[in-house]
Amino acid sequence: MSDIQALDQTMPRPGEAGFGDYVALLKPRVMSLVVFTALVGLLAAPVPVHPVVALASILFIALGAGASGALNMWWDADIDALMRRTARRPVPAGTVAGGEALGLGLALSGIAVVMLGLASNLLAAGLLAFTIFFYAVVYSMWLKRLTPQNIVIGGAAGAFPPVIGWAVATGGVSIESALMFALIFMWTPPHFWALALFMKDDYSRAGVPMLTVTHGRKATRAHVLVYTILLVPVAVGAAFTPIGGPAYLAISALLNAGFLYGAWRIWQRNEAVAEADGYRVEKRVFRFSLYYLFLHFGAFLVEAALRGFGMGGW
Amino acid sequence: MSFRPDHEIHRRRLGRNIGLGLTLVAFAAVIFGLTVVKVTESGPIQGYDHVVQPGLVPQEGTQ
Repeated sequence: MSDIQALDQTMPRPGEAGFGDYVALLKPRVMSLVVFTALVGLLAAPVPVHPVVALASILFIALGAGASGALNMWWDADIDALMRRTARRPVPAGTVAGGEALGLGLALSGIAVVMLGLASNLLAAGLLAFTIFFYAVVYSMWLKRLTPQNIVIGGAAGAFPPVIGWAVATGGVSIESALMFALIFMWTPPHFWALALFMKDDYSRAGVPMLTVTHGRKATRAHVLVYTILLVPVAVGAAFTPIGGPAYLAISALLNAGFLYGAWRIWQRNEAVAEADGYRVEKRVFRFSLYYLFLHFGAFLVEAALRGFGMGGW
Repeated sequence: MSFRPDHEIHRRRLGRNIGLGLTLVAFAAVIFGLTVVKVTESGPIQGYDHVVQPGLVPQEGTQ
């Protein structure tokens, strides 16, 4: 290393990354949802797992999710810089270099997959590897900039964590874990389209073919309603499987009635009305959709806990 | 080239270094915990490293 190179590395740079910037690269808010749904998948499974193995497995699933987040930030830095919602992320803000995000994403992906394989089983590790590949390559690199159906198909990446959690416990895949997958998969489109409706110019400025950009807001409103209608039987139907029960059914019925009502109100409104009240309904439905998913998985957890006392299920 | 301990870069990157250090310690703790659980859950372990195993020595008159 020459003296000039050494000097260059020790000189303070504007906006140098702190530890928090590297944590932000892993999208901690998305990680928290991954941790929760994977944990529910693991605890709802009929096979008990040693607490240390469960903790380590959830940790490595979260690490894999974070790694895919870093890869997504590396790839999407150009469009993230153009959108208000994402402009302050570490790569577009200039605090972390793109190459560093790529290196961190690849390294953590490898560590997460290998460690999950050692902690639990090869199927869980394989599913985690596929999830990272699906989010980073299929969604971020391929679909996101190609088709308005990007989040419909890309939503599968977010739907895998409970399947991985279930695989950690049972070593397999079943109808119950497929239903948890379907619940998140069907929930993703109306959730993101409600967001796209009030994030007015972000996606069009970045040239991302979001449904609001390619098909207009009226069509997006109709899509929110149709996908919510399609979501209802999946969500309520899970009540009649071994991971569901009366408590889940009661919670799910209330949540689905609320989500359907919200989607119907979004469908009824037009842009003039929405702009007049600052997209109040769209924002409210978006927020409700977060509680919707959280409480559905919470209900799975309640049923699993009740089963522990011999009370859950039908 | 060597840095003196009080070089400016050490102070500037203190937070990052402490964060990385704690992360590595936590990672080592997870590996240690996993190892203990995996070893204790796999049942009794016998070593065969040059030690006579009385249970494996054929007894006279048993064949």
